[in-house]
Amino acid sequence: MSVSGTLMGKAERSALVTPILDNNPIGVQVLGICSALAVTTRLDKALVMSVAVTIVIALASLAVSLIRNRTPGSIRIIVQLTIIASLVIVVDQFLKAYLFELSLELSVFIGLIITNCIVMGRAEGYAMQNPPWLSMLDGIGNGLGYGLVLVLVALARELLGAGRILGRQVLPLVQDGGWYEPNGLMLLAPSALFLVALLIWALRAWKPALQEKD
Amino acid sequence: MDAYLSLFVRSMFVENMALVFFLGMCSFLACSKKVETALGLGVAVVFVQVLTVPLNNLILRYLLAEGALSWLSPAFARVSLAFLSFIVFIGTIAAAVQVVEMAVDRFAPGLYATLGVFLPLIAVNCVILGGSLFMQEREYTFVESVVFALGSGLGFALAIVALAAIREKMAYSNVPGGLKGLGITFVATGLMSMAFMVFSGIQL
Repeated sequence: MSVSGTLMGKAERSALVTPILDNNPIGVQVLGICSALAVTTRLDKALVMSVAVTIVIALASLAVSLIRNRTPGSIRIIVQLTIIASLVIVVDQFLKAYLFELSLELSVFIGLIITNCIVMGRAEGYAMQNPPWLSMLDGIGNGLGYGLVLVLVALARELLGAGRILGRQVLPLVQDGGWYEPNGLMLLAPSALFLVALLIWALRAWKPALQEKD
Repeated sequence: MDAYLSLFVRSMFVENMALVFFLGMCSFLACSKKVETALGLGVAVVFVQVLTVPLNNLILRYLLAEGALSWLSPAFARVSLAFLSFIVFIGTIAAAVQVVEMAVDRFAPGLYATLGVFLPLIAVNCVILGGSLFMQEREYTFVESVVFALGSGLGFALAIVALAAIREKMAYSNVPGGLKGLGITFVATGLMSMAFMVFSGIQL
């Protein structure tokens, strides 16, 4: 298993926890933004996407790490792509079988997990140098960090845009006799960019070490 | 002809890959510091997109779709390999990019100097894979896939060059510490995306 011999030592915990806030893939490393913005109009879509990405990163990192000493350097990218693409096919077929309507709404974005830079980035940058168990934890941590941003953005968009959380009406709308006037912009594409910008601003104001100098 | 023109305008402006579907955001943000770099990436995307989407369209039609293998034996008439499309598309894209890179290096060294660095990067660009996946989902014919590839590639190039121009000007602005660099680029992209929404009513 791990170098220290325990399943959950210090190194393991840090591999799992660091990517969630301190080294968040979206907010700090700026990876995997494409899908983060497009699937956040509703919370349920964002949740399914986060789970799918977490599973793919964890299993891809595990598989890449298992064969890291047998993979020739010159073909490692294509090996990683093949592993990731096979995992994404499995996830896609699973969603089509059990969550058909959601899979129609997520449309091409499940397939685009293949080119999600987080998955490739962790496989190439971490799993190629580290043992399987640590790599898998690092994958799960990065998936959770990605999911955290996705869920926050989706929560804001669904709540402010339609007054709902997970499809249930929380804020009564004016047109139904309530008091909340929905903000239609939140359901349109540009709002996702503004929300991510605000999240990054908040994260960097809280941790000034992350600010860019120029 | 009208249908193709309409598809071209729609894929370039109304359904802009970068500003409406957020595809290729990673390179969109990373390569938009200078207009020159942005232009190089934009041209490379158009080039690879026009090559791979029609290629994948042919592969899908003659190898993967249901019944496509019936020329081998009547027993394959109901076999559909469409579930393999992800892995086949990404393989085709990686191989095509590799071949193009070698060909450009050999026959057009001048072009290679400007385009070369971007080509390997493009193999894992969501715009390219996304183009092929949209082509599959919307069931485009061969000609439609060529038109769509050209329109979506040009749309991405247009967006990234415009953003690079804005960022070059923005170098002189006083941005709050936490928003510097990445944050303000997101805001600028959001405003561009809003501006592109005016195209949404266009019908040809």
